[in-house]
Amino acid sequence: MLTRRRFLGSSALAGAALLIGFRIDPRPAAAADEALEPNAFVRIAPDNSVTIIGKHIEMGQGSYTGLATILAEELDADWSQIRVEPAPANAERYNNLLWGPMQGTGGSTAMANSWEQLRRAGATARAVLVAAAARDWGVPASEITVDRGVVSHAPSGRRATFGDLVPRAKGLVPPAQVALKDPKDFKLVGKKLPRLDGKAKTDGSAQFTLDVSLPGMLTALIARPPLFGATVKSVEETATRRVKGVTHVVRVPSGVAVVATSFWAARKGREALRVTWDEGGAERRGSDDLYAQYRALARRPGKVARRDGDPEAGFRRAAKIVEAYYEFPYLAHAPMETLDAVIRLGPDGCEVWAGSQIPTVDQQVVARVLGLSPAKVRINTMLAGGSFGRRATPNGDVAGEVAAIAKAIGGDKPVKLVWAREDDLQGGRYRPLYVHRLRAGLDARGDIVAWEHRIVGQSITKGTLFESATIKNGIDTTSVEGASSPYAMPNLSVDLHTTDVGVPVLWWRSVGSSHTAFSTETFLDEVAHAANRDPLDLRRALLLKHPRHLAALDLAADKAGFREPLPPGRARGIGLHESFGSVVAQIAEVSLRPDGLPKVERVTCAVDCGTAINPDIVRAQMEGGIGYGLAAAMWSEITLVKGRVQQRNFDTYRPLRITEMPAVDVHIVPTGAAPTGVGEPGVPPIAPAVANALFHLTGQRVHKLPFARLAAAGTRTI
Amino acid sequence: MVILQVNGSAHPVDLDSDVPLLWVLRDELRLTGTKYGCGVAQCGACTVLLDGRAMRSCAAPAAGLEGRSIVTIEGASGKVAEAVQDAWRRLDVAQCGYCQSGQIMSAIALLSEIPQPKDTDIDAAMAGNVCRCATYVRIRAAIHDAARTVRS
Repeated sequence: MLTRRRFLGSSALAGAALLIGFRIDPRPAAAADEALEPNAFVRIAPDNSVTIIGKHIEMGQGSYTGLATILAEELDADWSQIRVEPAPANAERYNNLLWGPMQGTGGSTAMANSWEQLRRAGATARAVLVAAAARDWGVPASEITVDRGVVSHAPSGRRATFGDLVPRAKGLVPPAQVALKDPKDFKLVGKKLPRLDGKAKTDGSAQFTLDVSLPGMLTALIARPPLFGATVKSVEETATRRVKGVTHVVRVPSGVAVVATSFWAARKGREALRVTWDEGGAERRGSDDLYAQYRALARRPGKVARRDGDPEAGFRRAAKIVEAYYEFPYLAHAPMETLDAVIRLGPDGCEVWAGSQIPTVDQQVVARVLGLSPAKVRINTMLAGGSFGRRATPNGDVAGEVAAIAKAIGGDKPVKLVWAREDDLQGGRYRPLYVHRLRAGLDARGDIVAWEHRIVGQSITKGTLFESATIKNGIDTTSVEGASSPYAMPNLSVDLHTTDVGVPVLWWRSVGSSHTAFSTETFLDEVAHAANRDPLDLRRALLLKHPRHLAALDLAADKAGFREPLPPGRARGIGLHESFGSVVAQIAEVSLRPDGLPKVERVTCAVDCGTAINPDIVRAQMEGGIGYGLAAAMWSEITLVKGRVQQRNFDTYRPLRITEMPAVDVHIVPTGAAPTGVGEPGVPPIAPAVANALFHLTGQRVHKLPFARLAAAGTRTI
Repeated sequence: MVILQVNGSAHPVDLDSDVPLLWVLRDELRLTGTKYGCGVAQCGACTVLLDGRAMRSCAAPAAGLEGRSIVTIEGASGKVAEAVQDAWRRLDVAQCGYCQSGQIMSAIALLSEIPQPKDTDIDAAMAGNVCRCATYVRIRAAIHDAARTVRS
């Protein structure tokens, strides 16, 4: 990482040609023209450093370390010589292979779409080094070995470092075909390697977008409408302009920007601003209105997303029908670093600093706002202080705002836009509010003969550039993914009502599974109870054709001692869910707080994510996913009253604190399959696991999230 | 003009009367390791040491802190600080890392006061520091680890 002093020094000197890509490592990188670049993903320098070009943003999930591990494995590099730097925005070179022509991070795809690509990149680079050594030493390449960054020829006793070979390897043409390792020969993949960003994130030197400082830079906050869809009618800015440090007050599409020489001046300037809003076209419904409307919709069939067998016939012959309605609130992502972006306009283009999950979109949006070609927009991807999906907006909202501000003030100074926490919580782009209705028909023996899963809520992708990829026959797959899956039901339907509400929505860590896993897993427990079946046995019986699910469930149940007795006041619950190609089973051990809410004592988690590239990071993502999911399950809801968001900060949008974090044991299912994802799949199972345990303690089913609504409604039954 | 003692040196700064210490550290002194998370002392991302005790810098007007010793993550030093930072690295606590400066400063304050903390001590000292990545399992383990290092 650049030190602050060097950062400022280089900024002052380099002027318009400045490049502030951050580095994970404080050691200076060799000049690019001296280095060997056998492909788009690695640069090997004469100083023996190996720099991996990370096409996926590091937002906490360990992507940089994982990407580097894959490439370093096939390169046979030594971990100590590895550095990472973010890729520039270049959708041709650095696209997400699972997304088509777009560079982006999301859907827990970083490892899955990089596995083959970076193995090949590493093996190709290795082949170039070996060819250079063979030519230099006059020996056959087949006799050369590479181990931990040292290239050796045993018969002659010759050895060289990667750095030694760089001058000799330059100009060699990389081979088109390379052999990849047999996984049994892996030296780095599957090991606990320290994270490459661990040191910078413990000494204050890690550079996030909020930390970018440029000569003459101004800071902007935007006064945003109190209702979604309201627009600026008039602005009284006299008091704002009197605030020391305020330099500009300008209208932008999302509100009124107050620009100042510091954050505090911008904040005070915004407080002094008086905006009259035109609320004519604004959304005025509240959460309670939406719940009521959605519940009414849930009584009627929606568009069919999935249909197996004949559910109506199944219900007709059912001896018993179980039914439940579920309510899921709007959720904010609330990453610790609020949204932010920095822009500097130059004579021939502009430069942006942001922690964006989709640089391609940011590049296009900024180009459009400023009337530039996208190639003239340079994006510097910074470390992101969390995201959970919030920095993956299909419309590049924050980048577009900062570009609009720069344009409005004339572009003479760099600008940093910051969303205050209040903006983050009140500014929209939430996980949508949903209502589900589930019904199951049981025959006289207690077998499930019909199952219906109905979902009501807004589409996340309608009207966005992701629409064509995700909406098929009127069904937004992100609304229904994970619903009632993967259990074997003879007669099953999933249907959907897509609603129109003026509240901006977005994917939130685990997307559809953030709600479908809860209703599926808790309703299955409810049905098991109604059928007098054991919830573990019933799941196992319904999973006979799903060996990965069964293996994960069995591993978690075994490690949790699921059949072993618990002390009084404790109960266990199951949550099992597949998302983004990974299967996660969690057993929550729960007691009761004095207010009747659950206290989660321990979670035993089993995950099948294919090859665990870095098992310690897999464990960390499960621990974090459990904590993130538990925060939402316990406390989180964005509520609207007459269209106005009621939460403003962490005092009202309550996060999980260390006092509420359970002990977590993570077990990884051993498998040789290609890696899938771990950033999101740890989230979905925890809420249903806790709710299922809570039932055993209280006899009460949870049909509304968060759990805090139980206490608020005074419905405790103990 | 106010003279702030930050990380062992005196920094004369011109201040608006109400500007919180956080923004003086970040915007004036360019000490950006201390983070903004909420602005209302609810999340702890802005935690620094004031005379050795953890303090939320986002809600503390800097003008009232003349003569007090302020230590930020950039100035963390000594046996306890090194043990904490080393434990954080060995256990790979950080995920996104944004809150970790604050977490580490709170942990240093805790271990400076209670060298062998129990879990309840950790809860009391760390409850004001939010981590949305929920690295809490490792924060707890790293504090115990650092306590062992300091003891030995």
